[in-house]
Amino acid sequence: MKSWIAFWNILKKDVRNYYLKPPNISWGIIFPLSWTLMQIIRTPDENVLGLLPGLISMSVLFGTTSMLAVTITFERSSRSFERLLLAPISLNTMVLAKITGTIIFGVFNALVPIIFASFFTDLPALNWGAALFTILLVALTSALMGLLIAVSAKQVFEAQTFSNFFRFPMLFLCGLFVPISRLPVFLRPVSYCLPLTYGNDILNGLITGINTLSAPLCFGMLSLFSVVLFLLCKYNINRKWIG
Amino acid sequence: MSRYIPQVLGVGMLQMISVNNLKKSYGDFCAVNDISFAIQKGEILGFLGPNGAGKTSTINMMTGLSRATAGEIMIDGIDVKRETKKAQAIMGIVADESNLYNEMDGFENLCFCAALYGMPKSERESKAWQLLAQFRLKDAGKRPVKAYSKGMRRKLTIAAALMHAPQILFLDEPTSGIDVESSRQIREMIVELKHKGTTIFLSTHYIEEAERACDRIAFIAAGRIVASGSIPELMNSVSHGHTISLVTAKNAEAFVDELQSCFEASKVTIQSDHSLVMVSERRIALFPVMEFFHEKGIDIYEARELRPSLEDVFVKLTGIESSVLRKDKEMGKRQ
Repeated sequence: MKSWIAFWNILKKDVRNYYLKPPNISWGIIFPLSWTLMQIIRTPDENVLGLLPGLISMSVLFGTTSMLAVTITFERSSRSFERLLLAPISLNTMVLAKITGTIIFGVFNALVPIIFASFFTDLPALNWGAALFTILLVALTSALMGLLIAVSAKQVFEAQTFSNFFRFPMLFLCGLFVPISRLPVFLRPVSYCLPLTYGNDILNGLITGINTLSAPLCFGMLSLFSVVLFLLCKYNINRKWIG
Repeated sequence: MSRYIPQVLGVGMLQMISVNNLKKSYGDFCAVNDISFAIQKGEILGFLGPNGAGKTSTINMMTGLSRATAGEIMIDGIDVKRETKKAQAIMGIVADESNLYNEMDGFENLCFCAALYGMPKSERESKAWQLLAQFRLKDAGKRPVKAYSKGMRRKLTIAAALMHAPQILFLDEPTSGIDVESSRQIREMIVELKHKGTTIFLSTHYIEEAERACDRIAFIAAGRIVASGSIPELMNSVSHGHTISLVTAKNAEAFVDELQSCFEASKVTIQSDHSLVMVSERRIALFPVMEFFHEKGIDIYEARELRPSLEDVFVKLTGIESSVLRKDKEMGKRQ
């Protein structure tokens, strides 16, 4: 019960202090909207549905990694994060509370291109439950990547630089806009080491019916990435923040 | 499990904190070097030393914010290294700088801090208003913390540490760089908490603060505890003998030799025309001295015992000039 009170209040505080602030709301809407519009204008003949999986993945990736890395680094530089480390709550509770807010933010980011696409085309009768679950897993792995960045960064600008260092290569390596089969052979193994590849593949299968890997394998890989990233985050927090 | 029954020191005296051979190294640099001390329940221990002496490193290890390189820390029988979260549940920690959430108001900050300790909503809200009133911050309770003055932030930080009614309070430089009135309020609050039975670990570089509030003091310099004890114990450790100072109505220089022969055990020194000092290995009885001057027709305006100040003791024991501490103090005020 005590852990639940702490978890709920950390989540509520983050949502109020960061995610519901006007700049973040507008960023969360404008950013995916701009990407979607840019893609549609660039390739007007292309089927909007074909772009949707990539746009969803990208919106979640950018929304979650930025927010978590920046908010945690901000709290650490203002020393308010110390309060969480000094509180009698387990590291698991603290990490889960911090990433839950980001995951919710990421899911809302993912809804923007979906809603926008619905104005241009009829959305297929896809399995929305599976789509939401995939988006949640993509948001979870991305949030954990954001946390890993936050552990390494000391300043907010460092967190932003590190985030971009990871995110932009991922856009091109995860099959979001260029299919992995069209990538140079030496880059393909790298693609399969990135969680977004699997999330994007499931979404592709659900929305366009074209996927290259089996859905159970992708779900399994995303779950595996989540566990490994979670453990890695915990290890790094223990090592770097409780020095 | 390393839980043990706290050592019984006497009637109603339990050892709340026990630190043994604590060490913290950062690479080759040793910030805390093999220190040991204990604090009894309801006692205030002052940890006095200049900036960089190892005070904050010690607090960080004791509160679980950093890991000790070696040594043992027991808080109310809980091994901090093994059961950090359990120990943190009974601690209140006031860091050397504000660690509040600037975007939130004072009331929200207090409620959030209490929520981290699992306090139910109604309880934390009533406690928050109670503490805001106690710290004279009630009117500012709904103002964002970023609009608070430094003194107000400091008081709110202390209030936040008290929300869950901790048994042990760690105060790291609680009055550093804040106004006189806020400092006075904080010192009063420290004494009040002690009377309520809270054990307090007070780290400071203000000698006067340690002298006024603490039961015992430990001097720390370059990561080592140089001396520790109650204020009289520390004073006695450096002062050998008894010194009295006399202010006379007339020049008493002509009677110094006679005075010296009457009080052979004492060494008499003229300080100025109307003042002299007597130093003795044993206690000097004042009445015979007064009688001596009365017989000579010299009135005594003032007679007082001269004792070394805590600052003198600090300088003598640590070898650190008090100007170093004063410099730290000025820096604290400027911050």
